[in-house]
Amino acid sequence: MPKNIFIPILGLMLLGALVLAGAVGAVRVSPGEIISASTAIFTGTDSLSAGEFIWLRVRLPRIILSAVVGASLAISGTVLQGLFRNPMAEPYIIGVSSGGALGATLVLMFGQGLMFLSLSLPVFAFLGALAATGLVYGLSRVDGRISTTTLLLSGIAVSSFVSALIALLMTLHGEDLYAVFFWLMGSFSARNWGHVRMILPFFVVGFAVIFFYYRELNVMLLGDDKAAHLGVDLEKAKPVLLAATALLAGAAVSVSGLIGFVGLIIPHIVRLIIGPDHKTLIPAAALGGAFFLLVADIIARTVLAPTEIPIGIVTSLFGAPFFIYLLRTRRRTIGSS
Amino acid sequence: MADGGFTAILGPNGCGKTTLFKVIARRVAPKSGSIRLNGRPITEYSSRDLAREVAVVAQESSIAFAFTAWEVVLMGRTPYLGRLQTESERDYEIVRGAMELTGTLPLRNRPITDLSGGEKQSVMIAQALAQESGLFILDEPTQHLDLSRQLEMMELLKRLNSEGTTIIVVLHDLNMAARYADTLALMKEGRVVGTGIPAELLTPQVVREVFDVSARVDIDEETGRVRIEVLEADLVRR
Repeated sequence: MPKNIFIPILGLMLLGALVLAGAVGAVRVSPGEIISASTAIFTGTDSLSAGEFIWLRVRLPRIILSAVVGASLAISGTVLQGLFRNPMAEPYIIGVSSGGALGATLVLMFGQGLMFLSLSLPVFAFLGALAATGLVYGLSRVDGRISTTTLLLSGIAVSSFVSALIALLMTLHGEDLYAVFFWLMGSFSARNWGHVRMILPFFVVGFAVIFFYYRELNVMLLGDDKAAHLGVDLEKAKPVLLAATALLAGAAVSVSGLIGFVGLIIPHIVRLIIGPDHKTLIPAAALGGAFFLLVADIIARTVLAPTEIPIGIVTSLFGAPFFIYLLRTRRRTIGSS
Repeated sequence: MADGGFTAILGPNGCGKTTLFKVIARRVAPKSGSIRLNGRPITEYSSRDLAREVAVVAQESSIAFAFTAWEVVLMGRTPYLGRLQTESERDYEIVRGAMELTGTLPLRNRPITDLSGGEKQSVMIAQALAQESGLFILDEPTQHLDLSRQLEMMELLKRLNSEGTTIIVVLHDLNMAARYADTLALMKEGRVVGTGIPAELLTPQVVREVFDVSARVDIDEETGRVRIEVLEADLVRR
C-alpha cells in the first residue's frame, strides 16, 4: 500500500469509528439527541434529556478518552521499539505499568479519605508511574550514559519488585481485591471529562516532542555508534524520548488502567504497512492505536450489554489472533532480521 | 596525520587497529593522550560538528529495520538538517551523487535488510559520502566485497583523496595497502611500530617482525608498486 494514502485512510477509519462509537451503546441515544446535545455545548447544558446527558457527559468523553489512550500507547510502543531496537519493547517495560498499578492499588485500598476527589486515583497512578520510570531511568545510567540493555533489565527488575509489592498488599488487604483487579484489567467505564482533561495535555506535549524527534529516532535505528557518528546527541535524545514516552504511557495508565497489546502490536502492524520511517510511522501509529482502542471499547461495552468486558481482555482476545494471522502471512517482513 | 593524506593502518589480528579505529572515531576514550582534529581535541566537538568533519564507516553494520538504501544514504545528511527542516533538492542531489559514485543507485528502492553484505557495505560508504566531510575513516571497507569491487572501492577512495578528502583506512591486505596508501602505519600488540611510505617502510625484516611471516618484497618494474609476496609462516620467533 503506497505510503501517502495510508494515513488518510487511517484518518477516515478513525472518523468512522468515532461516529459509530457515538451512536452505539448500552443506552439508546437517537441521532436527534446527539445533534441537540452537541449544540448544547455552546448554548448551555442546563436542561438535557437523559439521552443527551448520557451522550454528552458519558459517551463522548469516553470515546475521546479511548482514542487518546490508544494513540498514546501506540506512540509509546513505537518509540520504545525504536529506542531499544527491539520488536518486543512496549510501553510497560520502563516501569510505567507497575508504578501506575501501585499508585492505584494504594488509593483503592487506603485512600477512602481521598476518594471524594474522583481524580485522586488517576493522579496517584500517574505519580506512581513516573516514580517507577524515574527509578528505572536512574538505575540505567552507566558512567553518565544510558545503556539500553541496563534500561531493559532495570525495567524488569523494578516491575517485578513493584508487582510483588502489589501482590503483598493484595494478600494483606483482601477486601479491595476485586477493585484492584478490575483496575488492573483496564477499563473506560465511569470515565468523564476530568479524565480527558488529565491526559490531553500530556498527549499533546508527548506527541509533539516525539514527532519532532523523528529524524533522531530514524537514525538511532542504525545503532548508537552510527547515530553518534551522524551527529545525533544521544545524551540529549534518549532522556527526552524516554521522558516523553513515560508521560504518554503514564497518563494512559493513570486514566484507564493497564491495557496491554496496543503498545506492542499496533506499532508492528503499522510498520509492516507503512515502513520504519518515523515521520509517517508516528502519526500512523497514533491513528491506528486510536482506531483500535475505540473499536475495542465499542465491543467491550456493547457485546455483553449492560455488562462491560474489561477492555484489556478485549484487546488481547481479538488483537492477538489478528496479529498471529499477520505474522503468518507476512513472516518475512516482520520487524527485525 | 597529514591533511589530504591517504593512510592505511595494518597489523595482525589483535594488534589494536580496531581499538585505534574506535578511539579515532570517538567511540572509546583513549587511556592516555588525545586525538586532535584541525588542532582541537575531538572531545571538544559537538556530535553534529564532528559529523560534518569526519565520516566513519565501521566494519559491521547490522540494520534490522527495512529502510530503503536511498533512505539510509539520506541519513548521511543528518548533521546538516535542523529539527524542523525537511530535506531539500540539494540533499537529494548529494545522495544521488554519492550512490552513483558507489554504484548503489540501482539498489535505491530495495530494503537494506534484503541486500548482501557487500551491497550493504557500499551503501554505508555512500552514506558516509553524503556527509560531505573532509576526513573519511574506514574499518576494513573491502571485507565483504568481490575482488573487482574491492579494487573499485579502493579506486573510489583514491579518487576522493585526489579531490581533497583525507582518508584513513584499516586494512588487512598488505598489497592493497601498499598500492593505494601514501602512508602506512603498522601496529603490533597495541603499539604503532612503524610509519612511513610503503616503499621505505616495507622490508622483509619489518614484515617478519610485524606479521610473523617471511616475505619477499620488491618493486614491480612495470607499475612501480611495492609487491609483497608472502613465503611462509615464521612462528619460530615466538
